[in-house]
Amino acid sequence: MATPGRPRPSPGRTGASRAVAARAQAAAVVPVAAVPARIEVRKTYKLYIGGTFPRTESGRSYLVTGADGAPLANACRASRKDLRDAVRAARKAFDGWAAKTAMNRGQVLYRVAELMEGRREQFVAEVSAAEGLSPSVSRAAVDRAIDRWVWYAGWADKIGQVLGSSNPVAAPYFNFTIPEPTGVVGVVAPETSSLLGLVSRLAPPLVTGNTVVLIASERRPLPAVTLAEVLATSDVPGGVVNVLTGRKSELIPVLAAHSDVDALDTWGVPEDLRLATEQSAAEDIKRLLRRPTTVAEARFDWLDDAAAERPEWIAAFLEMKTVWHPIGG
Amino acid sequence: MPGMVTDSASSLVPARARSVSSWGLGDGQAIPWDYAPSPESAEIVSLKERYGLFIDGREVAASDGETFASVNPATEQTLAHVARATAADADKAVRAARRAQTRRWGNLSGRERAKYLFRIARILQERSREFAVLESMDSGKPIKESRDVDVPLAAAHFWYYAGWADKLDYAFPGRRARPLGVAAQIIPWNFPLLMLSWKIAPALAAGNTVVLKPASTTPLSALLFADVCRQADLPPGVVNIITGPGEIGMALVTHPGVDKVAFTGSTEIGKRIARGVAGTDKALTLELGGKAANIVFDDAPLDQAVEGIVNGIYFNQGEVCCAGSRLLAQESIVEPLIDKLKDRLSTIRVGDPLDKNTDVGAINSRAQLEKITELVASGVAEGAELYQPACDLPDRGYFFRPTLFTNVAQSHRIAREEIFGPVLSVLTFRTPDEAIEKANNTVYGLSAGVWTDKGSRILEMVSRLKAGVVWANTFNRFDPTSPFGGYKESGFGREGGLHGLLAYVRLEDR
Repeated sequence: MATPGRPRPSPGRTGASRAVAARAQAAAVVPVAAVPARIEVRKTYKLYIGGTFPRTESGRSYLVTGADGAPLANACRASRKDLRDAVRAARKAFDGWAAKTAMNRGQVLYRVAELMEGRREQFVAEVSAAEGLSPSVSRAAVDRAIDRWVWYAGWADKIGQVLGSSNPVAAPYFNFTIPEPTGVVGVVAPETSSLLGLVSRLAPPLVTGNTVVLIASERRPLPAVTLAEVLATSDVPGGVVNVLTGRKSELIPVLAAHSDVDALDTWGVPEDLRLATEQSAAEDIKRLLRRPTTVAEARFDWLDDAAAERPEWIAAFLEMKTVWHPIGG
Repeated sequence: MPGMVTDSASSLVPARARSVSSWGLGDGQAIPWDYAPSPESAEIVSLKERYGLFIDGREVAASDGETFASVNPATEQTLAHVARATAADADKAVRAARRAQTRRWGNLSGRERAKYLFRIARILQERSREFAVLESMDSGKPIKESRDVDVPLAAAHFWYYAGWADKLDYAFPGRRARPLGVAAQIIPWNFPLLMLSWKIAPALAAGNTVVLKPASTTPLSALLFADVCRQADLPPGVVNIITGPGEIGMALVTHPGVDKVAFTGSTEIGKRIARGVAGTDKALTLELGGKAANIVFDDAPLDQAVEGIVNGIYFNQGEVCCAGSRLLAQESIVEPLIDKLKDRLSTIRVGDPLDKNTDVGAINSRAQLEKITELVASGVAEGAELYQPACDLPDRGYFFRPTLFTNVAQSHRIAREEIFGPVLSVLTFRTPDEAIEKANNTVYGLSAGVWTDKGSRILEMVSRLKAGVVWANTFNRFDPTSPFGGYKESGFGREGGLHGLLAYVRLEDR
């Protein structure tokens, strides 16, 4: 079955690393120019904006290579116009997503894990190719990514009870504090961990009703696009997650300066863009979730549940609303 | 020059506003509301001629010996000369705070820290009148507000957070709360002592030490607080207070020895501070400007709503970031509501902040008075209709009449910009949707008010308003247990309650 995103087992200009390895073995006996029995239907990796998969309006792409340098596919090189479209889609989707009941949002996100489970082998192959991991190591990362969705999905109808409060004010008023989603969150995905790191950053803002514009890993964008395909076939409404691939140096400044983006997760912002990104975000008081400068992006262990599953990362994209009402009268 | 400012303000008053026709008395005469003067004695405050910086438990002069004057805005007289800190002083204060944090305060058990904070709360209560009078003298706010709101709430804040100091293990499930280190805290001039308590109490409870910079027009209550720290035998360096202009605040914010920055003030300065923190690991919380909508539905109890509207915008001369500066009135009740408001405005007593009958005191500074005057003039120029009650203003000092604008359009500056003065802009709406649309149509999101008798409507409005604090059938209520802070460009992070504690801790795995 020609599932979109399945790495191509056939030789050719592009191919996932497993295919690349097989080709190397096969090359000893089969002439490279040999015509395979069946010509593979290759996948076009596109952007994901507002629930649809457009190519970049700019008509540009860049060649994505595997960890071994073998070409894998062309990915869209999104433009600032694509980014603005993505922000618009995210804003449009916000009210509906935020208004869903917490339980419903939890179920919708749990279903993402269900669908990922069904594409497990495809993700394993893509992560292997992208990150140069052995199948068993990349399988562990994919499994953890699926389990992480489940972990975060379960928070949807609990975080309000953990972070909200009833406040015993010293006057006859009923006073309570409830968390609400911030709005449109820009997520700059980790560069190194193409799927597990991505999921670990994407799930926390989503679970409470934020919508997301995500800039995928620049060097390893393909698992992000496949995840977008999972999201598109799940019950996550279009526009709730928007995925862009391309040059981070081109996209991050536009994201950080966009006045309809309420918050940024800057985990995957390259060091040389960090200062400018945060300065730009200050212009309209964006909320920032920053990776500590002492934590090297490439060395963060996303397999470590204690470090990588944090309710604080959900809380970073919440606004606390406090309500007063007189008692009696 | 204040006479000139007053004149220009009064020239904005249309003649017909001087008589109140809605009393039903038939003669167009206002009821005389003259009260005999009832001034609070200033004797309880013994001002020194000069105040130094409070660094490492000692009062020291600025490194270059410079001072500036703190002026009583109600009399324009200099109250005292205060040290003007330099960057070198800021550095000294941060170093003192670091030493105190690593050697003393950070290692002290929560139980011991708590007792210091309880002591501070008690001393503030014991010296409450002295603080209230000094606060009114230095800031211009009415004594009944400093006496009944600012000082008791400040003491209550220390009291509340004192109890958290030894209960941090129960505050955040599954996490150990560790202090951040040294906190740089910059506070505004509208609630000098109260904002000090909002900053210092949670910081100390969590084991941080602080360098606090009060606003340059209101340094005196913070410097008196230094004396409270001494009386409480607080270890030197745990609280450091440096006074001076905004540059000193920026020197603190950008100091590499600072782990946490907390700022309350204008959105414009807040953005500069956020830029100053960019690229570092410093934690940041910002409590910035506001342009709150106070929404009154046709089924609201109008007399109560009028009191809430008046309290919402004329409390503390309207120099309140969460002031209800935009009244959104449902069309069907606009006329009776405005009539009642105008009646009520005519009873507001403007004048000597130390008079116990005063409702609206002095504007904090000449610069602020000029800003208010300029924005009110823009309201008139843009076509809004101005109303000010006839009332005499003192000959000296920075005073401004309670002001109400009708026929205000969303596009007017007085509907968009934070005035930070006793100026209310009235807009109207027909449906709840329109009210939400207008209320949320601002870059700010600090607070909002809703007045209606219908519970389900309150909850609907509450959930759709983009504001950090929503007062339903009340306004401008504060409590140490109640988180306060904004959405959007009103800032981020909360002060007060458990959420206020979170702003001063680093969460670690247990």
